[in-house]
Amino acid sequence: MQSSASSRPKFDVAAVRAEFPILSRTVHGSMPLVYLDNAATTQKPNVVIDAITSFYRQHNANAHRAGHVLGMEVTAMYERARHLVAELIGATSDEIIFTRGTTESLNLLATVLGQHLSSQLPGSNIVITEMEHHANIVPWQMLRDRTGVELRIIPVLGDGGLDVETAATLIDESTAIVSCVHVSNTLGTTNDVALLCRLAREANALSIVDAAQSISSVKIDVKALGCDALVFSGHKLHAPMGIGVAYIRHDLLEMLPPYQGGGSMITNVTFESTTYAHGPLRFEAGTPNIEGAVGLGTAIEWFTSCDLRAVQLHKQELTQALVNGLCSRDGISVHGRHQGHSGIVSFTVDGVHPNDVGILLDEQGIAVRIGHHCTMPLSQKLCTNGTVRVSAAIYTSNHEIETFFVALDRSLRMLR
Amino acid sequence: MSQQATIAETLAEVATTLGRYPEWEDRYAAIIAMGKELAPYPQEYRTEAFLVKGCQSQVWLHPSVTDDKLHFDADSDAVIVKGLVALIVRLYQDRTPAEILAAPPDVAEKLDLTQHLSPNRANGLASMLKQIRLYALALSMRKSL
Repeated sequence: MQSSASSRPKFDVAAVRAEFPILSRTVHGSMPLVYLDNAATTQKPNVVIDAITSFYRQHNANAHRAGHVLGMEVTAMYERARHLVAELIGATSDEIIFTRGTTESLNLLATVLGQHLSSQLPGSNIVITEMEHHANIVPWQMLRDRTGVELRIIPVLGDGGLDVETAATLIDESTAIVSCVHVSNTLGTTNDVALLCRLAREANALSIVDAAQSISSVKIDVKALGCDALVFSGHKLHAPMGIGVAYIRHDLLEMLPPYQGGGSMITNVTFESTTYAHGPLRFEAGTPNIEGAVGLGTAIEWFTSCDLRAVQLHKQELTQALVNGLCSRDGISVHGRHQGHSGIVSFTVDGVHPNDVGILLDEQGIAVRIGHHCTMPLSQKLCTNGTVRVSAAIYTSNHEIETFFVALDRSLRMLR
Repeated sequence: MSQQATIAETLAEVATTLGRYPEWEDRYAAIIAMGKELAPYPQEYRTEAFLVKGCQSQVWLHPSVTDDKLHFDADSDAVIVKGLVALIVRLYQDRTPAEILAAPPDVAEKLDLTQHLSPNRANGLASMLKQIRLYALALSMRKSL
């Protein structure tokens, strides 16, 4: 509960920034870096960088193999990270699989669910949305091409929201899987995934939530969402690259076949046959990205030590400043619904190619993303040349948003 | 009739021109202005076949041959890229395949553009240069048949 002195939780962005060494570097000579490409990846605080360094300086060994001191320490660290992930999303440790990232998590799900449901897939359908990242499109297309399952697409409305009414007709008794994005990486739109999961449940279909963008801005609770699986990447939550998560509901996970074969996913191997391990290890063949998992654990501890409500209010303020600033300028269209605090805002400028805007912003030290943001089908629908995407994070300051607008105005003066 | 400047000479000339602008804004204004001087791109060649692959924005490049020399029509839907396209076309315009193939493919470095170009932008230039050299190679092979 907040103090009675203020109705708003205190959020000290300067103190947060001081924890991220990269934010004080300059680009193109002496220009301060204004990093507004957080939807692509987030920067790492000192504690995470130190955790990785300390892992190699103090602990390095393989997990789940060695009985020596280092091996036991590392196994404990790795499993503690799993526990922290579980806590973050309201799951239990035996439901958390470590992967390389959202993309591998979705490929894993498409593969193992594809096998698990193989007898029922011909004649059924998988439902995704028109605003999916390629990572939540291509694995399902590959499954479709292997099995003949139908792929159905929930359309995006003109305002960048999902056509939920059509979704309710697309999801039917032949639906096997519904896989949808929580927060759109291109539009910043927050989808009512709980509703889609409920529609899936009523149709006896499995539901998957892509939480890659929402993990850093929304309190995720897999029970409240009612999903069967949920995926995200560590690097979008201030953790290292190459570590990600696939949550799979415990009873479902135990029914699924393994993903890849190899070390540590087995209990017994002979040349005749192999017995697979139970739980998440069955899906973690080979030496995992242990330092990545440890870094993710540290990042989660760091992130959850921040007042999430204060972070949300801060990001909402930044999102609103971006939307208002863009809308007040002539000839700029903002795409997507911005009721929330995703920090992601995509726009286009009449008669100006996003590529030109991106180049000139970069010259002024502003890092944004231009293009189709790995959502080509959505791009083709909304704006064929792609968009300029500005994405704020916990450490983005109001001053940076002002700097962005000064740079944008300067760029547009040169381009118009 | 005055002798046509070599690719190296044209390159040096362009480098000198751009070097006069120490401020990035002026340099980009000069690049954008170059793009505006590019001859209009024939509509019938605005097709998939003449799109240069590997560019973030769309770049079209259409070659034609007169007196054994390659002539290029080129365009882009982004103005800065169009300026860079114009710059490269200026270097290679109306030259024999032998001349084009003999020139070192490091124009971007020579012009000190790489410092001002993200790897993606430099890649875009490299894709266009590669395409020009491929056309030159194709023409030289056709001649040797």
